[in-house]
Amino acid sequence: MAEAKYETHEYDVVVIGAGGAGLRAAVEASAQGVKTALVCKSLLGKAHTVMAEGGIAAAMGNVYPEDNWQVHFRDTMRGGKLLNNWRMAQIHAQEAPDRVLELEEWGALFDRTKEGLILQRDFGGHRYARLAHVGDRTGLEMIRTLQQHAVHKGIDVYMECNLQRLLTDGGRITGAFGYWRESGKFIMFKCKAVVLATGGGGKAWKVTSNSWEYTGDGVTMAADVGADLMDMEFMQFHPTGMVWPPSVRGILVTEGVRGDGGTLKNTEGKRFMFSYIPDFFRAETADTEKEADAWYEDKRNNRRTPDLLPRDEVARAINSEVKAGRGTTHGGVFLDIASRRPAEYIQKRLPSMYHQFKELADVDITKESMEVGPTCHYSMGGVRVNADTTATTVPGLFAAGEVAAGLHGANRLGGNSLSDLLVFGRRAGLHAAEYVKSFSGTISVNDDQVEHHARTMLAPFESKGNENPYTIHADLQQTMQDLVGIIRAESELKQALEIIQKLKQRTDHVRVEGNRHYNPGWHMALDLHSLLTFAEAATLAAIERKESRGGHTRDDYPNTDSKFAKVNVIVRLKNGELGLSQEPLPEVPEELKALLEEKK
Amino acid sequence: MADQQVHMRVWRGDAQGGEFKDYRIAVGEGMVVLDVIHAIQAHQANDLAVRWNCKAGKCGSCSAEVNGKPRLMCMTRMNLFQPGETITVSPMRTFPIIRDLVTDVSFNFKKAREVPAFKPKPKESDGTRRMFQEDIDRVQEFHKCIECFLCQNVCHVIRDHDDNKPAFSGPRLFVRLASLEMHPLDTNDRMELLKQKAGIGYCNITKCCTEVCPEHIHITDNAIIPLKERIVDRYYDPLAKLMGLFSAKSK
Repeated sequence: MAEAKYETHEYDVVVIGAGGAGLRAAVEASAQGVKTALVCKSLLGKAHTVMAEGGIAAAMGNVYPEDNWQVHFRDTMRGGKLLNNWRMAQIHAQEAPDRVLELEEWGALFDRTKEGLILQRDFGGHRYARLAHVGDRTGLEMIRTLQQHAVHKGIDVYMECNLQRLLTDGGRITGAFGYWRESGKFIMFKCKAVVLATGGGGKAWKVTSNSWEYTGDGVTMAADVGADLMDMEFMQFHPTGMVWPPSVRGILVTEGVRGDGGTLKNTEGKRFMFSYIPDFFRAETADTEKEADAWYEDKRNNRRTPDLLPRDEVARAINSEVKAGRGTTHGGVFLDIASRRPAEYIQKRLPSMYHQFKELADVDITKESMEVGPTCHYSMGGVRVNADTTATTVPGLFAAGEVAAGLHGANRLGGNSLSDLLVFGRRAGLHAAEYVKSFSGTISVNDDQVEHHARTMLAPFESKGNENPYTIHADLQQTMQDLVGIIRAESELKQALEIIQKLKQRTDHVRVEGNRHYNPGWHMALDLHSLLTFAEAATLAAIERKESRGGHTRDDYPNTDSKFAKVNVIVRLKNGELGLSQEPLPEVPEELKALLEEKK
Repeated sequence: MADQQVHMRVWRGDAQGGEFKDYRIAVGEGMVVLDVIHAIQAHQANDLAVRWNCKAGKCGSCSAEVNGKPRLMCMTRMNLFQPGETITVSPMRTFPIIRDLVTDVSFNFKKAREVPAFKPKPKESDGTRRMFQEDIDRVQEFHKCIECFLCQNVCHVIRDHDDNKPAFSGPRLFVRLASLEMHPLDTNDRMELLKQKAGIGYCNITKCCTEVCPEHIHITDNAIIPLKERIVDRYYDPLAKLMGLFSAKSK
């Protein structure tokens, strides 16, 4: 019996991942009275959420009373090039303010307005200053608040525990299987429901803001048990990552720099974003420097600066400037806040950016421009979920946060991620608990499944090959960077697919040295399966969508295509192979459609 | 800058023991110690154990001792060292070794569980929470803590005195306790914990913790000393004690 052979724990709900979504889901499931475990790969409080900088988007109207959920809904949908799941966008906009206020009830301290309320800052694509924040370390405040709340609620936390396979019986979730990083021993959870809150797969690219954890585990675990993946072609390249020195390339520079007054310039000193205003956003974007500058002080009578167009637009613009030879020798452009804002203001609003550039690049951002360029940042696609319940297409499996698809459509607006984590993290916990309560059968673990997983995971120790897992990872990163980047073309995507197949074959020959005791080489070897699955799904979907939209730009199909405006690309495992289909996007109801019209 | 060879000495081993191993590796422009550790891992020792996440000083995972100084490896530039200098990297000494540069920091999580939770007072009559920036500035300083545990690592109360650990929570927890005690909305009381189980009395304010804090939190001046003052006010104020005596008698 597998249960006797491996360390086994029994729960109602197991939440995998302890960033914002996982923590919020665990807090909610536990509050619903079901037995809940929270399992994470790193130490508690180190998940990707901790790196989030700018803020949490929520139409609280503390700075602009005219803000409301309808405007937030509209901004989110338009930012996502209308490919969003409208119901998710609606729920998100409606519930975000309550989720932010709830954090305050749990001890979070956001920056304040003069009236003593939560201050909100400007961000790309948001009509009003809408992001609740704490300087440029909002994610830290959020994860710490949730972490401490979860600890005080007595939720069981399994740290440095890497769950890599879901267990099913008759197509229904019955558990999850993985290993302790410290001892290397296997651990099995027997449970009625699993909430995936594992984040994305940005570590498959070379220039990335993502940490070692972002290996696409959730997407892969879900696909492996037959769940639908959706929108995998939409990868967000954040316009502003550090570019110099090489060792820091890709580290995030918050959009808050532009929200607080920073502008992008090329090497000719030109504010080039004025040349890249797309028709879709023309009516609401300033077309002169004078208007853009006036907007910082008076938002009612001026339109937003093009520096704060949605991220996909800005990333493409920077890419074009560099290609046209107007970039820096290091392949970036300049981001300048020093000429608009005094040093004291910059240090107060953007302390960690100040610190980061000073320490890592010898640049004083209160005096000089930063050098920035696009960096792989966020996966809009992921596991397909029910908008209201976060249920995936596999019974007992739920997903929330970056691992889930739908809310952000073709492109995510800055600030909408932290709010996504809170809104849908809570819903995942709630509905997983309800599923557990309404489930009357018993669950059993299939021994053969578990044995198979255990054998596969130990294979690298017994391998006769001599492949280095780090080398395969580096080769994958280079491939995705070169061939599945910001600008894509069919021939390159197909080439990437071939290389991914070869890399998969090479993983069969991976050999790791040492033993199972805290062995990063072995962990890397095990992560290759999910990194390659994520990369393959993203590449397949990118081939399928023969148009340009949001975070997916095709050189060979440079325009949007109305045919593709009404479909999601679905990736699904069938007979051991990832297959593609197109399925209709849920239609926006008439009363919400009116909100989406272009307006000044 | 052309790539330079550096000589690294990295501690390898586990709870049973270990030794420094030598690695020679090329270093490129702008690299930090963590980059070099990763390069060793990728090319020379796949199984070299190290924790890291953000690589930008935001998560506090990669704490270690570099040439004996407690630091975040991701924020320690290689150009800090003289050309030709041998650079030694060892795990934090205060915590039990798991493997190589990874230590067992569960002490900190255990102590965190003992902290009485945040308990806010009722909302304003209009349903809001009004707090003014100047009233939260000092608590926001404490919220900057990234839990790298370097302050715990250098605290001499526990660094070479495992026996003090049950009775002492350490600077990280004092920062946490101060952030709750000074939170404008909080109503809970943590004085008894501070005095007894957290053992703040053991701290004799040598400021070692403040010196190593990568977030530059004034741990000693802004957190520990005010907490110590509150303890004195509560438990050792002679006038209050006298008053307490009278009021107890009159009951």
